[in-house]
Amino acid sequence: MAQLNVNGKMVQVDVDPSTPLLWVLREQLDLPGTKYGCGIAACGACTIHIDGRATRACGIAVSSVTAQQKIVTIEGLSPDSSHPVQKAWLAMDVPQCGYCQSGMIMTAAALLAEKPKPTDADIDSAMANICRCGTFVRVRAAIHSAAGTSNSKG
Amino acid sequence: MNTHEISRRSFVGGITATAGGMTFGFHIPFDANLAHAAAGAATPEINAWVVVKPDDTVVIRIARSEMGQGTLTGLAQLVAEELECDWSKVTTEYPTPGQNLARNRVWKDFGTGGSRGIRTSHDYVRMGGATAREMLKLAAAAEWKVPAGEIVAAQSILAHKASGRSASFGQMAAAAASIEQPKGVALKDPKDWKIIGKPMPRLDTADKTNGKLVYGIDLKLPGMLNAAIRACPTFGGSVTSFDAAKVKAMPGVKHVVQVGDNAVAVVADTWWRAKMALDALPITWAPGPNKDLSSAAIKAVLTEGLTSEKDVFIGNSSGDAKTALSGAAKTVEAVYSVPYQNHATLEPMNATAVWTADKCEVWCPTQNGEGSLAAAAKAAGHAQNKCDVHKFPIGGGFGRRGSFQDYVTQAVLIAKQVPGVPVKLIWSREEDMTQGHYHPVTMGRMVGGLDDKGNLTGLHMRISGQSILSVVRPEGLQNGKDPVVFQGVAPDDPVKPTANEHALCYSIPNLLIDHAMRNPAVPPGFWRGVNVNQNAVYVECFMDELAKAAGRDALEFRLALLGNQPKAAAVLKAVAEQANWGKPMPDGVQGRGLAMMRSFGSYTAALAEVSVSADGKLKLHRIVAATDSGYAVNPTQIAMQVEGSFVYGLGAALHQEITIKNGGVVETNFDTYPTLKLSEMPKVETIVMPSGGWWGGVGEPTIAVAAPAVLNAIAAATGQRIRSLPIKDQRIRV
Ligand code: FES
Ligand code: FES
Repeated sequence: MAQLNVNGKMVQVDVDPSTPLLWVLREQLDLPGTKYGCGIAACGACTIHIDGRATRACGIAVSSVTAQQKIVTIEGLSPDSSHPVQKAWLAMDVPQCGYCQSGMIMTAAALLAEKPKPTDADIDSAMANICRCGTFVRVRAAIHSAAGTSNSKG
Repeated sequence: MNTHEISRRSFVGGITATAGGMTFGFHIPFDANLAHAAAGAATPEINAWVVVKPDDTVVIRIARSEMGQGTLTGLAQLVAEELECDWSKVTTEYPTPGQNLARNRVWKDFGTGGSRGIRTSHDYVRMGGATAREMLKLAAAAEWKVPAGEIVAAQSILAHKASGRSASFGQMAAAAASIEQPKGVALKDPKDWKIIGKPMPRLDTADKTNGKLVYGIDLKLPGMLNAAIRACPTFGGSVTSFDAAKVKAMPGVKHVVQVGDNAVAVVADTWWRAKMALDALPITWAPGPNKDLSSAAIKAVLTEGLTSEKDVFIGNSSGDAKTALSGAAKTVEAVYSVPYQNHATLEPMNATAVWTADKCEVWCPTQNGEGSLAAAAKAAGHAQNKCDVHKFPIGGGFGRRGSFQDYVTQAVLIAKQVPGVPVKLIWSREEDMTQGHYHPVTMGRMVGGLDDKGNLTGLHMRISGQSILSVVRPEGLQNGKDPVVFQGVAPDDPVKPTANEHALCYSIPNLLIDHAMRNPAVPPGFWRGVNVNQNAVYVECFMDELAKAAGRDALEFRLALLGNQPKAAAVLKAVAEQANWGKPMPDGVQGRGLAMMRSFGSYTAALAEVSVSADGKLKLHRIVAATDSGYAVNPTQIAMQVEGSFVYGLGAALHQEITIKNGGVVETNFDTYPTLKLSEMPKVETIVMPSGGWWGGVGEPTIAVAAPAVLNAIAAATGQRIRSLPIKDQRIRV
């Protein structure tokens, strides 16, 4: 039985300790906003926050997360889509199919928490998420908009 | 906290929040008399396309599939324009293919591919909106006892000036629903459009920013089990045996089943447990006849085809190319190649099915709901009217989920072995990478002849390689010839220049374009942009090579061949002007490259600016792109499609190759099949220049110009010509 702190609530799950956190979130905790894209920590679709750091949930076993660590998923980023990144995403119509976007938004939110005024180089290195629809131009613009910084690639 | 409670809440909340009025029960109304009760709407519909609820919410029915390309919003704009409704009140829903069948295909084609979402349905979709508007007017006229012609509809309000009466659409909807549909309602003149042509925000963005949008892969039904599948890793191979006893006792495992003759699935309480058991399951395969197939063997076959006269089909010819070439002052020759590539939609293939002895229901992402229904019915062994398919928002399509319904077939074949229980099948990424329907492999041999003034007098283009239709839709072959192979280089119609949406734009006096059909045993498929992509590399890179050999400017050389194609010339000039072609390059840029293509009814051009460092590292600085799609329903959506096309097209050009070894695919995931990253993405400037008068597609045409523009820029920067894709692992590092 694993104890987890997810989106501000303590939950208990009964799974094999080696189960990736991604599948615990999706299948045990019914938080399907965190997506499966590769399962090998290569695409970023499953990005969540653990103690504020962007983390790929497919790559960590549920047993390696403690009850003290705070897990936040896209569902818990804000109660009403009011996080500045979410607002910028909506205002700039960033998503296409949307499948990568939970991971994109969680990665961007963690970046801004760490670097409130990111440069394009910061964005380049943080935003390594795969988007097959190709929303990158707008992802970059929306991060700048949320941060109030200027876009040298705009 | 009780996890069961979370489960119930998020299931119910998720579905109702995102799927509007769609029903998700096991009781589908298998009733032909759905005319006034479609899609679970409590409010009667005005017609098949429009429901207006008492609170004035307008529900627009969308037959085509949204997969990120914005067609949902674009189609809603078309209906709303004619309906004269308040755009802020618009929502959408998908009718099911079963309902379409029951209602004699009232929504016509559900197929969403070939950039056809809007351009092949705009007329009847707009008519749906116009007819509903007239019915609302007729209802008001009857109630107010005034002539319908005196009633004005605007912003969801019906008003009669003389009597001062007015009503909202919602107030009049119930009465309108019982009015007979008028025929031959006139559509608005494009100059009066207020919603079409405007950059309306997408209708489906909000739930994509908070995790609420429910994709097929997220579906959870009461009592549902999950399945993981593995198909034979060798194309054409089959299952010999598997040892279910070895995994039956693993946690959560319920069933181990064979699926068709080439796959095995484990069904468990959760997908992760199903996958763990599948990974542990001993399976013996019969590799079949293709076990020795390799990329090298395929290349040898295609190389032979470059000069062979066997199984050659002519796609475009005029004059006498061979004579012109033999008499040319100078001939130029080049051979190019494009590898197999996978769609790799970010949402892996998935479908949920429940089968009983008398019916079958499927929930899935699909680009072709009717195709899914046909596949489900066939696998179920039931008539189509005993089955239905519920479409979900799609996490990327790119052609993978249209003609190919393998994942639906598999889900039903699994569900059939667990009667009455819903089973959700999810492919692993590894399955998705190795069981694809790949962008087919072709090579192109180009021979051009120049006269002593550097004019192009003759061209022979030989395409050697795989035909999609001969595998996927053989009935589409024309006396053995696959017309799809000639996309982008097909003959033009001199009388009606927009008749062939994939015509070669250049006028070349002596021309021969032919195809040596060589079909390796690797499943080919329609991949965003289809054969235009390969052909654009061959034609547009060669245009630069010819211009160079002629000592002429690459833009001027092209324009000289575009005298009959002013729209093609216009997009090319637009990108050249914006980037100051012929003038000094911006700091750091070492080369510029151009490309132009006409495909899916639209004209597109691209200009790339690149640099290559001393140690061969490529940097993309800037892309300028122009699109003329005739009418432009939503310029912002078009810009998004253009930007996305460069990501898709350049990802393929720089990084992607599916290689074949021992009859199967080597690459298994995004570590070996990389995509373009944000850090590689240059600035994109999009010029949307709709010249009006026809409807071209926008989801695909730009892909094709991405690769040749960059290849031409690399050649301009380095003097070295890369002729085979992907660019990586050659002289250039990416
Ligand atoms: S699913 Fe976790 S990184 Fe791709
Ligand atoms: S929006 Fe479709 S994968 Fe990113």
